[in-house]
Amino acid sequence: MEMTYALCVGILTTCGIFLALRGRTFPVVVGLTLLSYAVNLFLFASGRLNVEDAAVLMDEATQYTDPLPQALVLTAIVIGFAMTAFAVILAMRARADLGNDHVDGRLPSITDESSNKERP
Amino acid sequence: MEHLAILPILIPMLGGVLMLLPPISGDLARQRSLSLAALGALMLVSLWLVLHANGGTIQLYVLGDWTPPFGIVLVADRLSTLMLLLSSALGFACMLYACAGDDRQGAYFHPLFMFQLMGINGAFLTGDIFNLFVFFEVLLIASYALLIHGGGKQKTRASVHYVVLNLVGSSIFLFALGILYGTLGTLNIADMAQKVAHLDAAEQAIASAGALMLLVVFGLKSAILPLQFWLPRTYASASAPVAALFAILTKVGIYSILRVFTVIFGDEAGGLAHIATPWLWPLAILTLTAATIGVLAASSLRELIAQLVVLSVGTLLVGLAMNRIESTGALLYYLVHSTLVCAGLFLLADMIGRQRGKAEDRFVAARRMCQPLGIGIAFFIGALTIVGLPPFSGFVGKALLLKAADIGTEAAWVYPSILIGGLAALIAMSRAGTTLFWHTSREPDSCERVSRLQLVAVFLLLGMSPLLVIFGGPVSDFTLDTATQLHEMSRSVDALLPGGGS
Repeated sequence: MEMTYALCVGILTTCGIFLALRGRTFPVVVGLTLLSYAVNLFLFASGRLNVEDAAVLMDEATQYTDPLPQALVLTAIVIGFAMTAFAVILAMRARADLGNDHVDGRLPSITDESSNKERP
Repeated sequence: MEHLAILPILIPMLGGVLMLLPPISGDLARQRSLSLAALGALMLVSLWLVLHANGGTIQLYVLGDWTPPFGIVLVADRLSTLMLLLSSALGFACMLYACAGDDRQGAYFHPLFMFQLMGINGAFLTGDIFNLFVFFEVLLIASYALLIHGGGKQKTRASVHYVVLNLVGSSIFLFALGILYGTLGTLNIADMAQKVAHLDAAEQAIASAGALMLLVVFGLKSAILPLQFWLPRTYASASAPVAALFAILTKVGIYSILRVFTVIFGDEAGGLAHIATPWLWPLAILTLTAATIGVLAASSLRELIAQLVVLSVGTLLVGLAMNRIESTGALLYYLVHSTLVCAGLFLLADMIGRQRGKAEDRFVAARRMCQPLGIGIAFFIGALTIVGLPPFSGFVGKALLLKAADIGTEAAWVYPSILIGGLAALIAMSRAGTTLFWHTSREPDSCERVSRLQLVAVFLLLGMSPLLVIFGGPVSDFTLDTATQLHEMSRSVDALLPGGGS
C-alpha cells in the first residue's frame, strides 16, 4: 500500500510541476490543482498509514489513527480550493485584460521577433 | 488583561467583517473612520503588549484552554510584539494615505486592508507552525485582491505571476509541514525545538529536507536571490498604499526565518543545529549583489524603491547569517527602519508621479512639480535614510550590523557587500532626485495638489527615522533584549510548554 501511495503522490507532484511550468494560464491552474492534490495526500500520510485502526473517539481501542493530519488536510483542502478558485478568476481576468492567455501577458516568438527586426 | 494578546487578530477581523455589513458597507466615510479607529486601537494594544513584554515575560494565550503542545497557542514575546507594533503603525500611515482618495479606485479596499493586517498580525503572534501557514494564506489572499486594487493591465500581469508563485510556495510549505510532522510528531514551535535534538540519523536527514523546504518558502516570501524576480514588478505596479503595506510582507518572511531557524533549528537542535546558516551566507551576499545591480538599472522611482526593498532584504539576511545575539539585535533595528522608510518612499513616489503628469515617476525630463518644497524635503530625508547616511536611522542600523560582524573573514564579506550596496543606492537616489526635481522641461499647466492628509502620512513614516535615532539607545537596547530572549528560547522552551512535551 505504501508503494502505491507514494507513487500516487510522486506522479501527481510531477504532473503538477510540469503543468505549472507551462506557458498558458489554463495548464498552470490545472498544474496547481494537481500539486494541491499531491500535497493533501502527502499530509494525510504524515500521520502514518494504518489500516482498520479505530478513530480517536473510541475508549476501548488500543491503536488509534492520528487525527491531526486529518484536520490538517481538511484545512489544506479548504484553503487550496479557495486559492484555485481565485486563480481561475484571475486567469479569466488576465485573458480579458491582456487579450491572450499567456502567463506573461504577451505571446512570445513570432510577434516579438518581427517587431525587433523592424526596429533597426 | 490576558485577553489583550488576541486583540491584534480580533480587531482587524471584526473591523473587516463589520465593514461588509449594511450600515457601513455602502458608505465610504464610515468605512474610513472605522478603519482609522480600528488601526488606532490596534496601535494602542500593540504598544501595551510591547511594554508588557519588555518586562521579560512571555505571554502565552492558550486558545480554548488546550494546554500546549495540543491545540493552538499565541505567543506574545518581545519579538512578536515589536513586529505587531511595526505592522499597526505602518498600517495606520498607509490607511491615512489611502483615505485621501486611493481607496475609491476599487471596491472593498477597507475590508481587504483589515484582513491583510489580520493575517500579518496572526503570523507574528502564532506559536504553532501550521497556524503560521494558515495566517500566511490569510495575508496572501488579501494581498492578491489588494494587488489588483484599481485594476489595469500592469496590475493584472504582475498579479498572475505573484499568485501562481505564491500558490506553488504554499504547496511547498505544506510539504515541509508534512515532513516535519511526520518526523517530529508535533507542530508547536516550542515542542518541535525540544524534539528535534532527539532525532536519530535517518530521521535527521528527512527533517533537514523539511527545514530547508521551509527556507525556500520563506525565501520566496522575503524575496531572497533566486526567488526575488517577482518583487520589483509586483511592488512597482501596486497602488501606493498597497505597495507601502507590502513593505512589511517581505519582513514577515524574514521574521519566520528568524523564528524557525533560531528557535527550532537553533543552538540546541543537536545534529540539525544552524542548518540554514551555510545557505544563508551565499544567499545574503548574492541578494545584495543582485539588488545593487538592480538599483543602478532601475528606470523609474517605484522600480528603484522596489529594488531598495530587495537590498534591505539582503542586508537583513547578512544579519541572519551571522546568527549571534548582537547581529540579531542589529537586524531587528534595521528591519524596523527599512520597513517604515521603504513604505514612506512608496507613498512619496506616488505623489511625485501624480505631479509630473504623463511622465509619472520615470526618470525622464517632465514638467516641474507644483509642490516641489514639501515633496522635495520628504524625498531628501527618505533618500538619506534609505542610503544610510548620518544623521538618520539607516546609518545607525548599518553601523550596528557592521559592528556585529567578526573582524576577519566575516567582515571581509560583509563590509564590502553592504557598503557597495549603500554606494549604489546613493548614486541611484542622487540620479533619481536630480532628474525628478531639477531636470524639468516646462512649467506645470495644471496642478493636481497632493492633499494634506497624504503629506502627513508620508512625514509620519519618514519622521520615524529621526525618532529612531533620537531614541536610538532605548530602541537598540530593546532590540538587543529581544534578540537575547529569542536566542535563549531554544534553551528554555519549558516556559512555552506548560503541559510538558507531547
